[in-house]
Amino acid sequence: MNKSKGKACMCEVAANRSVLLKRLDAVLDEYVSKPGGLIPVLQIAQGIFGYLPEDVLKQICLRMNKSYSEVAGVVSFYSFFSTTKRGRYLVRVCMGTACYVRGGKQVLDAIKQHLKIDVGETTPDGKFTLETARCFGACGLAPVMMVNDVVHQRVKAARVQDILDQYRQGEKGKRAARKGWK
Amino acid sequence: MLTITIDSRQVHADEGNTILDVARREGIRIPTLCYLEGVQAIGACRLCVVEVEGAKTLMASCVTPVVDGMIIRTNTRRVRDARRTVMELLLSEHVGDCKTCSRSEDCELRKIAAELGIDTIEYQGATTNSVIDMSTPGILRDNGKCIKCRRCVAVCTQVQAVGAIFPQFRGFKTTIGPAFGKELADVPCVQCGQCAAVCPTGAIVEISHIDKVWNALEDKSKTVVVQTAPAVRASLGECFDLPPGTLVTGKMVTALRRLGFATVFDTNFSADLTIIEEGMELLSRLRKCVEGGEKVALPQFTSCSPGWVKYVEYFYPEFIPNVSTCKSPQQMFGAMAKTYWAEKIGKRAEDMFVVSIMPCHAKKFEAERPEMNDSGVQDVDAVLTTRELGKMIKEAGIDFVSLPDEEMDRILGVSSGAADIFANSGGVMEAALRTAWEVITGRELPFEKLHVVTLAGLKGIKEAEVEIKGTVPEWSFLEGVVLKVAVVSGLGNARSVLENIKSGAKTYHFVEVMTCPGGCVGGGGQPRITTDEVRQKRLDAIYREDEGKQLRKSHDNPKIKQLYGEFLGAPLGQKSHHLLHTTYVQREKV
Repeated sequence: MNKSKGKACMCEVAANRSVLLKRLDAVLDEYVSKPGGLIPVLQIAQGIFGYLPEDVLKQICLRMNKSYSEVAGVVSFYSFFSTTKRGRYLVRVCMGTACYVRGGKQVLDAIKQHLKIDVGETTPDGKFTLETARCFGACGLAPVMMVNDVVHQRVKAARVQDILDQYRQGEKGKRAARKGWK
Repeated sequence: MLTITIDSRQVHADEGNTILDVARREGIRIPTLCYLEGVQAIGACRLCVVEVEGAKTLMASCVTPVVDGMIIRTNTRRVRDARRTVMELLLSEHVGDCKTCSRSEDCELRKIAAELGIDTIEYQGATTNSVIDMSTPGILRDNGKCIKCRRCVAVCTQVQAVGAIFPQFRGFKTTIGPAFGKELADVPCVQCGQCAAVCPTGAIVEISHIDKVWNALEDKSKTVVVQTAPAVRASLGECFDLPPGTLVTGKMVTALRRLGFATVFDTNFSADLTIIEEGMELLSRLRKCVEGGEKVALPQFTSCSPGWVKYVEYFYPEFIPNVSTCKSPQQMFGAMAKTYWAEKIGKRAEDMFVVSIMPCHAKKFEAERPEMNDSGVQDVDAVLTTRELGKMIKEAGIDFVSLPDEEMDRILGVSSGAADIFANSGGVMEAALRTAWEVITGRELPFEKLHVVTLAGLKGIKEAEVEIKGTVPEWSFLEGVVLKVAVVSGLGNARSVLENIKSGAKTYHFVEVMTCPGGCVGGGGQPRITTDEVRQKRLDAIYREDEGKQLRKSHDNPKIKQLYGEFLGAPLGQKSHHLLHTTYVQREKV
C-alpha cells in the first residue's frame, strides 16, 4: 500500500466520522424527549460506531441531560455495550447456567487458546473480539456461541477451530473476490 | 384510616404509609441501611424485612404499603434469621478494619451488626476490591467499605442534581462511583459532601486535614489562627453526645484554645463583612439597573456556598455574571487574617497559618482554589469539618462537655446575630435585608425580632416580595420598587429556580442559594446522621444564638467599621476589590 493511498484512507475515516456523528444527532433528535430513551440511543449509537467511544457518550449525555456517570453506569451494566473498538467478528460465548454446565467454559478456553486473546480483547489483526455473555435465550441448544449475529449451537471445544476458520476463510474469500481472484 | 396489627398490637395507619412508617411511629425498631428518610426507599438492602401474614416471602418494610387488616410480625425467628443472614453477607464482602476505621464510632453497619447479635462472620469469600480515591480536595472514597446501599447516589442525583456517582458495572463487580470506575476528579463533582453525610459506613469521608493542623500547632514559626463557621456552634456538641441543637459556642472556643490555637476568631466576623460587601454590590447593581437603565446581571446570587458556586461553573456558566463577586466568609476571613491582622501583630502572611472549622467538604476545595491567594500565599491553609474538630478534641483528651465557656478573641472574633444566621437557609438573605433595608430607608427592617419568617425554615424554595417605601434621598430611585427575593437550599432546587429564571417564568432581584438542604446546618461535614428533625433543631439553635446577641445587624458591628476605617477604606473600594472579591471559571459540564 503506498503512502498517498494511506492518507486518502484517513481522510475518508474523518469524513465518515462526521457523517456518523450527524446520524447520531438525528437519532438523538428523535429520542431526546422520550422517556426510557437512553438504552435505544446507546444501542443505535453502538450500531453506528461499532462501539461507544467516549466523545459519543458525552454527546449523548449533553443532549439527553444526563450525567456521564449515570450513562456510564448503564453502559457498564450491559455486556452488549462496549467502550472499546471491536474486531470485525464479535465472538460471544454464553456463560449462562445451561451453557456453563454443558461445557461453555471449555468452549471459551478453546477460543482463548486458539485466538491467543483473553475475554474483552481483540486479536492484533483486528478480526476477532472475544466476549462472554449471559444467556442468548437458546438454552436448549447449549452450549451456544455467537459470531456477530450468527448463533452456533451445541458447540464443542474441538469444533472451535473449524468455526473460527470459516470466518477467517470467509474473509479471505471476500478479499480474494475484491482483488479479482477466483 | 386503616387498622393493622403489628406485633399483636392493633394500631391505626394512614393510606400510603409503609410498614416501616407505622413501626417507627409505634416505637418498633426495624433496622435499615439503604433507606433514607424523605430521599430513598428502594428495598435494596433487605435488612428491614418483616413477616406479613398471607405473604409467601418476607417483605421489605420500607417499600411495602400497609393495607387494612394487615397482620405484621417484626420479631420472629424467621425475621431475625433473615436479617442476620443479610448482615453476614454484607459483612463478608465488606473490607474494613473497624479498629482503625474513621467511622468506627458512628458506623451504622457496625451498630446494626451488633444489634443483630452477630459475633462471627460465617461466610468466608471474596471481598470487594478496595480502591481509595483521594483525587479531589474534599472527598475520600474507599470502595472496599461500600455496601452499595445507594444513599449517596440518591442524594447526589435526586437531591443535588449533580450525578457525579452512580452504580457502575454489574454483579459482584458493582462499584458506586464516577463513570467507568474513574476518579471523582474526572467527573463534575461539586464537593458538597452530602454523599459522605449519608454514607452508613466509612466508604465516603472527608479528606482529613487533622495531621496538617497538628503539625502547624507544633510549628513554632507559625502563628495559628482559627475561624469557626456559624453552623458549627449548633452541631459540635453532637460529637460528644449532646442533643442536636445544643449551642456550644463558649465550650468550642475554650476547646480551641486548649488545642493550642494562638487566636480564636470567628467566621461570623467575615460574614458581617460579606453582608456589607455583598449588600453594596446588590445595591450598586440595582442602581445601575433602575437609575442608569443599564443592563446588569440580575438576580444577584449569593456566593457563600462553594458547592453552589462550583455547580454554576459546571452546569449554568451563563449565570456566572449573576453570582456575587464576593468571596465567601471563609475566604474573606483568610484574606483579612493574613493581611490586616498579620500587619497588626507584626507578622508576614507566610508566618500565619489559618485554619477554618466548617460544616463542609467543599470549603476544603474552596481553600485550594487558585483564586484564593490574595494575601500572597494560600489565604486559608487547612479546613476541618465539624466532625474532624470533634475528633481532635477527643484526641487531645479534652472533656468537652464539662468545659467552661470562653469568648472569641477581639477584632476578628466580634460579630452580630446577622452573621450567626448564615448557618441557616434564609439567613444570608435575612442578614442582607436587615442591612440593606436600613441603608435604603434609614429605618430598621419592620419585622418582629427582625426575622423574615417566610424565608426561614427547611422548605427548599422560598420566595418573598416587599415594596420599598420611605427611601432616604440617596436611594430614592428605589421608591416603590417591589423587591423580589428567593431563598433556595439543595442544588436540585437551585436547578429548578435557575430553569425558571432562564425561561422567564420567574424574576428576582436577589437569590440566596445554599448547597446543602436546610443550609450549612445540614452541611456535608456535620455530625452524622442529619435528618430533617436534626436540621430543624440546629436551625432553631442558630436563631436563639442570633436573638441572644446585642448586635443584630452586620453594619452595627463596631469591628467591621474599624476594619474599613483602618484598612479597607470603603465597601467595594480598591482594597476590597483586591482582597474580598473574586472571579469564577467555566468548567466542563460532562
